[in-house]
Amino acid sequence: MICRRTVLACYAAAAAFLLFGATPNFAATGPDVSHFKLANGMEVVVIPDRRTPVVTHMVWYRVGSADEPPGKSGIAHFLEHLMFKGTEKNPAGRFSKVLATMGGQENAFTSSDYTGYFQRVTRDRLKMVMEFEADRMTGLTLTDEAVLPERNVVLEEQNSRVANSPAAKLGEEVQAALYLNHPYGRPVIGWRHEIEKLDRKDAIDFYNRWYTPNNAILVVAGDVTADEVKALAEETYGKIAPRAEIKPRVRPQEPEQRSIRTVSFADPRVTQPSLQRSYLVPSAANAKAGESEALEVLSQILGSGTNSRFYSKLVIEKPMATSIGAWYQGTALDHTRFGIYGTPRSQVTLKDLEEAMDAVIAEIAENGVTNDELERAKIKLVADVVYAQDSQATMARWYGGALTTGLTVEHLKTWPDRVQKVTAEQVRDAAKTWLDKRRSVTGYLVKEHPKPQERRS
Amino acid sequence: MIFNRVSYGFAAAAAGAFLFFAPAAQAMTKIERVVSPGGIEAWLVREPSVPLIAMEFSFKGGANQDPVGKPGVAYMAAASLDEGAGDLDAKAFQARAESNAVELSFRASRDEVRGSLKVLSDRKAEGFDLLRLALTKPRFDQEPVERIRAQMLTALKRETTSPNEIGSRLWWRTAFPNHPYSLPTNGTLESVPTIVRDDLTGFVSRTLARDNLKVGVVGDIDAKTLGTVLDQVFGALPAKSDLRAVPQARPEAVGKRLEVQLDVPQTVVAFGGSGIPRKDPDFIPAFIVNHILGGGSFSSRLYNEVREKRGLAYSVYSYLLPLDAAALFMGGTQTRADKANEAVGLIEEEIKRLAENGPTEDELEKSKSYLKGSYALNFDTSTKIAGQLVQLQVDDLGIDYWERRNGLIEAVTLDDVKRVARRLLNGGVLFTVVGRTQTAASAKQGG
Repeated sequence: MICRRTVLACYAAAAAFLLFGATPNFAATGPDVSHFKLANGMEVVVIPDRRTPVVTHMVWYRVGSADEPPGKSGIAHFLEHLMFKGTEKNPAGRFSKVLATMGGQENAFTSSDYTGYFQRVTRDRLKMVMEFEADRMTGLTLTDEAVLPERNVVLEEQNSRVANSPAAKLGEEVQAALYLNHPYGRPVIGWRHEIEKLDRKDAIDFYNRWYTPNNAILVVAGDVTADEVKALAEETYGKIAPRAEIKPRVRPQEPEQRSIRTVSFADPRVTQPSLQRSYLVPSAANAKAGESEALEVLSQILGSGTNSRFYSKLVIEKPMATSIGAWYQGTALDHTRFGIYGTPRSQVTLKDLEEAMDAVIAEIAENGVTNDELERAKIKLVADVVYAQDSQATMARWYGGALTTGLTVEHLKTWPDRVQKVTAEQVRDAAKTWLDKRRSVTGYLVKEHPKPQERRS
Repeated sequence: MIFNRVSYGFAAAAAGAFLFFAPAAQAMTKIERVVSPGGIEAWLVREPSVPLIAMEFSFKGGANQDPVGKPGVAYMAAASLDEGAGDLDAKAFQARAESNAVELSFRASRDEVRGSLKVLSDRKAEGFDLLRLALTKPRFDQEPVERIRAQMLTALKRETTSPNEIGSRLWWRTAFPNHPYSLPTNGTLESVPTIVRDDLTGFVSRTLARDNLKVGVVGDIDAKTLGTVLDQVFGALPAKSDLRAVPQARPEAVGKRLEVQLDVPQTVVAFGGSGIPRKDPDFIPAFIVNHILGGGSFSSRLYNEVREKRGLAYSVYSYLLPLDAAALFMGGTQTRADKANEAVGLIEEEIKRLAENGPTEDELEKSKSYLKGSYALNFDTSTKIAGQLVQLQVDDLGIDYWERRNGLIEAVTLDDVKRVARRLLNGGVLFTVVGRTQTAASAKQGG
């Protein structure tokens, strides 16, 4: 997920310096984000955007697949599906039907650290969706009649997302191998053999444990004021008594990693081999000051877009790859992943491409990055913040994603400023410290494995 | 530039269809018709509260203008436009774009070349200048062209084992024999190696012109400034395009089911038949009929029967795709191999039932209510609005369409949807089914 944010007061200073010489003309244009708590512990974030009479309403729970009990992988996501199956007050389908009739759109999403539900409606319908969403925070009722077909739906979702895609299957294997101890190694959708056994009771147990106002964040973006949202939230969510005590989410942590690991997945459908590697790195929530920002800038310089080191050296200058890149998932409670990937051109072997990619990383770890590269990366990252302002849904996702992964509103507000302060030395050090193969798993996607007699190792 | 995952066929078509119908809310949006001193027209929604400008534009004539025997030319040309122009080689061009946070992209579909520009208002001069260079002075240097060719070939090879792409290609090949629509926009493993620089420059000089251009702009810019910009950016393009006529066609082989054996856990089903042209008076009723059958909410008949009641699929949908030379009605689902026949049977049955009996009064009212209410949701970002502005012009619906559109929905009667359900759904559809198929008679696997 994303770890960027919005233009706020502090941003103007950074932007002025970075982008526009001495004439920043939108110091005051960033949304005036409000953040407060209801008496029952539910947090509220309001992000005004008054251009269109539309609101994005989201409820985020601080629970995801990493909080699942052992043996129940996929339950967080399965419950997300089952949340559409009705409550005592509003039987199955009523919320969706009412919403559809008023022209609202809805959906939900699950990640390792959070689960979220959203609706997009015209502003006059906000109260109604809040009433429905508040009702299903504690009122869910489930029958086997609803649960069992939905489990088949989830199994088909797993087929669509993973089983039919060799690259996605390799991705699951790499992630599972990377985490020696932390539940981030489990796929969010779950392992198929465990999804097949999930039942009504598993879902209700998980629901009762985590779905409570003191574990939830309301995010409303769009044509509203903080005062309006506050009044509506108190009338709806504010009336729900907390029903579970929420303790800090302490998951099993990773031991020191010290071995270079590889996994290889063969599928006859693979037409061009490829590789992907994940490194275990700190997240925005648990990194030392400046470290996560440096990783963000590093991923930009190393592997984002055609100006990146990977692309310019290994696609343009020395054409070894057809596609190549890097990414960093900063938004996570615990140690997260920095990824690289590449597909070699048809005459190039995976081994040669991998060595060339390693050499590009080694060069940054040794000699650092240029001022030009550093400035371009910062301009891009900070401009993304401005562009995000154009979409109320994006803004809502950034805030919800941040607050469910251990960050604060203040953290978001100062992000552009902190990115702006990243130095070339910090980027070099991030590469040197964190892009260490002993903290990584490299996955190879191939058509077939070498025959036994050819195996070398 | 070209992205890792190229998608066309069904996926791209679905996105197009969505864009198409989603248009607009009236509250915020005042459209200004801007005509530059040089006579170039653009539709503008001025919005100064966010410091950016979004521009979207369309040139009529996309992959349907590919030279005979060379599918993929339009696609490759569009992917190469931002890979070096004027005095800037690919690297210099991309560096200048990134240094100014200019986001520029081009893409070719069956009937048009589309482009998007997003730029911070303080950097608009840089953004517009890069766009001007890309459109009027593309270089098509050997390095980027060969690089893009290699990327296209890698993607094409990957598609030979992708159930979605195998099904999509088979559908178009079967439905439109001897027609430009039979060929994939991103070319074939045979055609892409044969494309030469002259094909790319030829495509650009025939297709990127002022008479087939539509422009939509949203953001922090006034009409007068935009007028000057339009002449700067597009003024050097030729006045007239030179497009080959594309014959009108109807999908063939409707009523058939083609199966392809592929060893994948999940079977991919696609279907399609004749639809209703965008400017046909029956289009809006057809849009409602499709919404009831398999349109985009959690309440369609296909969703209920295939997913909700039986858990056969995660995704099942249908949509209207009114192309320039053929109006289509399309859909698809993915399901486990041993349930594929059941899923196809259910889809056939629902299409037949809706054709014969039409929607109920209740379904009609709920759909109208949804479609009217959700219209505003398509206008909450500058890029979405700019896209709508272009689509309005491409479809020739009139500058006041956003205000009229909900009235058109409201005016549809039960008799209308019953009649149009028959017209839309009685013609039969061609199915493609790719996976561990259950019957012996399977088509040859193709790519």
